[in-house]
Amino acid sequence: MTKVLTDARSIRIKGRSFLAVVLSPDLPLDQWLVQLDDLAARSAGFFLGRPVVLDVSDLAIDRAQLKALIEDLAQRNVRIMGIEGARPSMMEPGMPPLMKGGRPAADFEVEEKEPQPVSETRNSAPDKPVVQEQRQVTQSIVISEPIRSGQSVIFPEGDVTIIGSVASGAEIIAGGSVHIYGALRGRVMAGSVGNASARIFCRKLEAELIAIDGVYKMAEDMDPALLGKAVQLWLEGDVIMAETLF
Amino acid sequence: MGKVVVVTSGKGGVGKTTSTAALGAALAQRNEKVVVVDFDVGLRNLDLIMGAERRVVYDIVNVIQGDAKLPQALIRDKRLDNLFLLPASQTRDKDALTPEGVEQVMADLKRYFDWVICDSPAGIERGATLAMRHADMAVVVTNPEVSSVRDSDRIIGLLDAKTMKAERGERIEKHLLLTRYDANRAERGDMLKVEDVLEILSIPLIGIIPESSDVLRASNIGAPVTLADAKSAPAMAYFDAARRLAGEDLPITIPGEKRGIFGKIFGRKAA
Repeated sequence: MTKVLTDARSIRIKGRSFLAVVLSPDLPLDQWLVQLDDLAARSAGFFLGRPVVLDVSDLAIDRAQLKALIEDLAQRNVRIMGIEGARPSMMEPGMPPLMKGGRPAADFEVEEKEPQPVSETRNSAPDKPVVQEQRQVTQSIVISEPIRSGQSVIFPEGDVTIIGSVASGAEIIAGGSVHIYGALRGRVMAGSVGNASARIFCRKLEAELIAIDGVYKMAEDMDPALLGKAVQLWLEGDVIMAETLF
Repeated sequence: MGKVVVVTSGKGGVGKTTSTAALGAALAQRNEKVVVVDFDVGLRNLDLIMGAERRVVYDIVNVIQGDAKLPQALIRDKRLDNLFLLPASQTRDKDALTPEGVEQVMADLKRYFDWVICDSPAGIERGATLAMRHADMAVVVTNPEVSSVRDSDRIIGLLDAKTMKAERGERIEKHLLLTRYDANRAERGDMLKVEDVLEILSIPLIGIIPESSDVLRASNIGAPVTLADAKSAPAMAYFDAARRLAGEDLPITIPGEKRGIFGKIFGRKAA
């Protein structure tokens, strides 16, 4: 019985789409390759780890020329995953497969100068629908109990809201802003991953230490007039600003 | 099944052992079966406060290590038939307590007693975490001064993280017992005010025990204050705290004080 069940399991085949870079060479090929070298020099690693398709549909070349072109690209570390628009007579075994049914997407913008992490470059592709899908959602967490002495809340992804007090000896480290609906007696570090626009809000300021984007202020550096008040704190340049709320 | 209560504080010298004995004796006088358990292995004191130091034969470490059966180690109080003590070992250290052993002892005690009251050692290390591990309720003993309040805050955080109840996703019931409270000094501003302590710790208050020489006198004769002098101010405060622990709803007062503004404030805060 068990054997039958095992055998009945089918091979799972899934569809998946990747956004590929399409290279469409122009004649004369020598000159085009010089331009490609120029681009590669300005944007090192642009083709690294990226699926590249060679489009030869408008190119009057024969099998030998195509083979030479693929080799030239290989020397430049551009590996072709498929060829589009080639006549069957141009193909030979060992060449990347012939591809059909490609749908146009927006042009890629080549980043200048330093090599960029691949994913970031891809995010900057001005393909409207894709960019909208990839827009970062601001994350936040809400904690509805007091943060006790010795406890840490570490949330580099975004904002932290505490409904309750933050005790002396407790700490909050947030990538974004920190909202405390209670007394702040412990330490708070907002914008911990380099976010200078992060702010700190609290009902009652009695903090041991506050920091925004690495700029910090100890309890003794704080204006005594703010102590015990509802306060918001933000960064202007390298200075932590504060004002009372309500 | 009995209820396991841990009496804890983080800081030493705030009155955990005194409170364990006093609450234990107060609950026993309500005709409930009570055992007080000393977790302070190496620095045991509960036997002295209970007046049983010369009757200790076996202790909790002997039970955990299988050298003695649990009934052999339990000491019955000479004044109350339904009050028992499980003493700690004085010659060992806290590493002699194993999590499995403590779990077994707690499970057995819960079967026979209505209340299992665990006297936690000071600190946040092994002894203290094992004492709180199996608790259903916690009595957090705090003095009205900043270091005690901060240590209690730390302990409350651990109660919410390290107990079996917390790990099962349930909430452990926590109660604040404010001890060594001196109304005169609080009025002069030498001590934290009750409302300040409550604001910082934000857990319900079950009693305010006044600073009193009656507590010291009771310790010296080896009796819980609720047995030594049931009419004294601290004893009456402990009796009320025990009733609140058992689920009764009473307004909080400081014994010996006239019920005036204080009564109103504490009555409101305790609700």
